[in-house]
Amino acid sequence: MLSSLGERVFHWLDERLDLQPIQRFVREKSVPSHRYSWCYFFGGATLFFFMIQVATGVLLLLYYKPTAEAAFESVRFIMTEVSFGWLIRSLHSWSANLMVLAAFLHMATVFFMRAYRKPRELTWYTGATLLLLAMGFGFSGYLLPWNELAFFATRVGTDMAGKVPVVGRFLLEFLRGGEDVTGATLTRFFGFHVAVLPMMATALILFHLLAIQRQGMSVPLSQKEASTTNAGMPFFPNYFLRELMGWAIALAILAALASLFPWELGEEADAFAPAPAGIKPEWYFVFMFQTLKLLPATVAGVEGELVGLLAFGLAGLAWFFVPVLDIRSSREEPSRWLTLMGVAALLFIAIMTLLGYVMP
Amino acid sequence: MMRAGLTFLLMTFAGVALGQDNCLDCHRELEDPAALAMSEDVHAQASVSCADCHGGDRTIETEGDYELAMDPNKGFIGVPDPGDIPQLCGRCHSDASYMHRFDPNLSVDQVAQYWTSVHGQRLREGATDVAQCASCHHAHGVVSAKDPRSPVYPTRIPETCGACHADPEHMAAYGIPTDQLSEYRAGVHGRALFDRGDLGAPTCNSCHGNHGAAPPGVTSVSLVCGTCHGVQKELFAASPHQEAFDAIDEPECESCHGNHNIEAPTDDFVGVGDEAICMTCHGEGEPAYGVAATVHEEISNLKGAMAAAREVVDRAARAGMEVSEAELVLIDANQTLVESRNLVHAFAVEPLREKVEEGLALATTAREMGVAALAEVDYRRKGLALSVFFILLLAVGLYLKIRQIEERE
Amino acid sequence: MSASWRIGRRSFVDLLLGGGVIGSVVSFLYPVLKFVMPPAVAEAMDQSVVAGKVGELPPNSGKIFKFGRRPGLLISTPSGELRAYDGICTHLNCTVQYRSDFGHIWCACHNGHYDTSGKNISGPPPRPLERYTVSIRGDDIVVSRNS
Repeated sequence: MLSSLGERVFHWLDERLDLQPIQRFVREKSVPSHRYSWCYFFGGATLFFFMIQVATGVLLLLYYKPTAEAAFESVRFIMTEVSFGWLIRSLHSWSANLMVLAAFLHMATVFFMRAYRKPRELTWYTGATLLLLAMGFGFSGYLLPWNELAFFATRVGTDMAGKVPVVGRFLLEFLRGGEDVTGATLTRFFGFHVAVLPMMATALILFHLLAIQRQGMSVPLSQKEASTTNAGMPFFPNYFLRELMGWAIALAILAALASLFPWELGEEADAFAPAPAGIKPEWYFVFMFQTLKLLPATVAGVEGELVGLLAFGLAGLAWFFVPVLDIRSSREEPSRWLTLMGVAALLFIAIMTLLGYVMP
Repeated sequence: MMRAGLTFLLMTFAGVALGQDNCLDCHRELEDPAALAMSEDVHAQASVSCADCHGGDRTIETEGDYELAMDPNKGFIGVPDPGDIPQLCGRCHSDASYMHRFDPNLSVDQVAQYWTSVHGQRLREGATDVAQCASCHHAHGVVSAKDPRSPVYPTRIPETCGACHADPEHMAAYGIPTDQLSEYRAGVHGRALFDRGDLGAPTCNSCHGNHGAAPPGVTSVSLVCGTCHGVQKELFAASPHQEAFDAIDEPECESCHGNHNIEAPTDDFVGVGDEAICMTCHGEGEPAYGVAATVHEEISNLKGAMAAAREVVDRAARAGMEVSEAELVLIDANQTLVESRNLVHAFAVEPLREKVEEGLALATTAREMGVAALAEVDYRRKGLALSVFFILLLAVGLYLKIRQIEERE
Repeated sequence: MSASWRIGRRSFVDLLLGGGVIGSVVSFLYPVLKFVMPPAVAEAMDQSVVAGKVGELPPNSGKIFKFGRRPGLLISTPSGELRAYDGICTHLNCTVQYRSDFGHIWCACHNGHYDTSGKNISGPPPRPLERYTVSIRGDDIVVSRNS
């Protein structure tokens, strides 16, 4: 009954838009089947969490007030007076973290599978930018409830931005909308969070997805033999159902986290109160924060923090341009060294993040 | 010649007509500090001349003829003798009809009051180093007591009185302690006045009087304190302590709270502990001991209940629950705590216990509201946890569907 | 295996899946629909609140009302003018009240007096009461805080 209705709708649209090419494409689309096919899941998971963010974000927009005087109270209002406001808010906060985590895992699997190699460099560049945008979403969104933690975490985070050589001052004032974190910062972050970043992200996601449709899924070098011996898995319905199942599990994880660790309201930010002890930025910035904290005051005559920032800058550039730098994989050759460096980087990030929470 | 004479006449008439004060003009030219201070003086602004206090002829303006102006035959007295000053000021300031021309609201009893004061009595006996009008109000550059520049503006009174009373050399002959100013500064009233700028806080003159300055008599201390602390005074007057203190000539409020360095009272002042003032007079075994212990315990209970309720409500608020009703109840509970502390001055258990019970009930209500809010948090978490189960069921359904489809193939 | 048994199993899975999908959709749609409908009080009550009804207070009387997390005091002066203040005494945070016998505001804890403009006139209170704005909206007396 439902399927015949679906058929009727499809036919109606097809008469007007000629959906045959799309139908053919979907029927023929297949996903390579090999040992690491499960890694393909992470991109979709990121997209899933992003869609949840958009939906819950739009809902929150109906009640949120982006001024220093009203922000905290409006979030309290959402959590206490609006039906299921606490749920939408908790989902939004948790899904944000899961989105960043999924994006990071997606990037890691793409890296280790060298999926960025020719002809998929553009997909990597848009993806890397999207990861940075996701972190930007997280950073800007974190301030919006205008509670104590958020206020001071933002101050610490933008302080870090201010330490970048040459452009640090401009960057800090651009981010803060002034010299210090104030209502102007809140308004600005709100603008970034609901307009600027979504526009950029939507455009990049569309390109990213189109490129994937155009080029198909990349197969890691080690699996090239194995994947050519089978026709792969049909996208529809086999892979699609698996994707849905994955999304169901992702949703279950989200609901579990939101119920085990419900997001708190906290206390309203007070610019003149002393910073509470142990202020940290959000977890995905902690590794950088902790590294800068551990660096000595000077390294070979240069200010320690400056050295740290330069190192991160260089590492970031290398990471972003890995399709260019990894000449071997563009020749379809494996590179052990790069894998080792990737593992080392992951370990560094993991250890620094852990230290950031464990050390006083 | 004619012209000079005409100018002279004109100036004289103009001078007389405008109330010109030639004493002031001349002394200003001489840069006499007293004269220079008169630019901001209320007397000068009311056209009172130097000659009106110092005597002499204010109209003489020829330079060099100061002998004509400062002529004893014309009433010139030079610098007045300290002993004569109250009368001198009182010539105008005790004359109601005269003063009402300038300020209908000014009282005119200052000199009369002054003679009742210790300062006035000593002055009459011939002391020259006691305070008289000019000591506190100064003589030149006098401004209204409501003007912050005045030495008798509330925030400046302690230092004005302290100029003599905090000077050991000055007070040596009188045998009075000189620590009152430093004590006052350290006490609650001093801190209210100086640190918080609270002009309602009492200064020296609030308790001692200003013109009729005298230490309050022993039996009247509570009346003085009671002008502001009325609730405590009434409770004290009805308590067993009033009669008891009167009988042994104990100065009421001051016995427990001090006079100049009045410490901020804590709940440990009452009770049987180390800091308890009750124990200064009462010993173990006396009925009063039991009362003190019970009073302290009751108040501690109330504070404990309120703290517990506060903790729960705060936790619920941080979690994002609606707790404004609980907050209002806690405000009411706080009021019962304040009123209980008042009731300490009844020195009896019953009225205090009643108030504490009221407070305990409110604290319990607030705590229950907080607990209910936290229970709601829990309920929501469980609801979400349940949804996890259903979502996983969906995942299982999808898995089975996949299996089913692929088995067919 | 018999065909009929396989069909039975297929329908069971379809049923489970269909039920799961519908259940999920409903359990998503229900909270969302409830969320978008505004709650009884459309805005956070911290900036303004309805403190009473017109005509409720005769001249020379007052009442305590709830303003967010603090009590507020609404008074009708002896001349019938409506004024509103923060209801918490500036001395030790007791709740003030209007005394018709005094014709002004009073605090029971330590005998603090405030005049009908909220100014502290006698007793320990160090500061005046914070004044709120009173407006009439139809039948309602609306009290609002100035940010």
